[in-house]
Amino acid sequence: MALQDKYKELIDAANAAGVSGLQVNEQDGVLHIDGEAPSGAVKDQLWGIYGKIDPNFLTGDVVMNIDVATAVAGAKLKVTTDATNLNIRKGPGTDQPIVGKAAHNEIVSLISKQSDQWWLIRTDGGVEGYASTTYLTPVE
Amino acid sequence: MKLKHLTAVVLSMGLLFMISCKGKPKDADIQATVVAALQSTPGVTADVKDGVVTLSGTVATEADKDAAENTAKVAQGVKSVVNNLTVTPPPPPPPPAPAAADADATLKTAVEGIVKDFPGITADVKDGVITITGESKADRWKKLKIALDGLKPKKVDASGLKIK
Repeated sequence: MALQDKYKELIDAANAAGVSGLQVNEQDGVLHIDGEAPSGAVKDQLWGIYGKIDPNFLTGDVVMNIDVATAVAGAKLKVTTDATNLNIRKGPGTDQPIVGKAAHNEIVSLISKQSDQWWLIRTDGGVEGYASTTYLTPVE
Repeated sequence: MKLKHLTAVVLSMGLLFMISCKGKPKDADIQATVVAALQSTPGVTADVKDGVVTLSGTVATEADKDAAENTAKVAQGVKSVVNNLTVTPPPPPPPPAPAAADADATLKTAVEGIVKDFPGITADVKDGVITITGESKADRWKKLKIALDGLKPKKVDASGLKIK
């Protein structure tokens, strides 16, 4: 319960922003927050609040897994790597051969979600393959 | 005289009773023998009528079915065997519950796939907890933390991480 108090602002914000299927469970001293944000901006906002309450997320008392509802087939995604190209692979996994690359900040299309980690995407150049969701941000 | 007569009646009744019993127990005896012989094959019941044994129930294999029939056949007094046993293989044993180690291995593979793009950071997985060590810039770590939380670990322990 103490954790829910500590992260009250975060939970309240998630509710206020219309995060659907929001689940907040405390387990073994870790607060698990799951849900689907209506937009990528809401997800960013929630991570911002989390980072404010727990600077640099170093306490390790929260695991927050927020999906973005707009990330559906056909949605546009921005390649949010630091500066480098994003590898597009034949299959979901870093052991898979690279079939192409998407440039930093390039906009690609989401074809389908293989998992929370790998999405099937297509670039405007026509390259199709799997890319790590870590570097893909839905464009509103 | 009257008493003698009564005794004779009682005796003859007793004799009749014994004879009638003697015919019937035969099937019962056979059944007892067959059931005893089939004890090693559970799930099989034997009915005996006029020396004909009817086996019913379910066994695991065709071999068990034949074995039960042969066992019944050789029992004393058995004329023939009607084998109505059905073969139903036992349900396959449920797959072993995914051990924590397996879950860790899956999680570890996923974690390694993500962390390898973050030089300077190493991750370990134990009992569903991801332990992060090394050095990172704050914004890089945030990206990694978001990705790791997406794997639904029990905890992401970054107490060994230094933010540059």
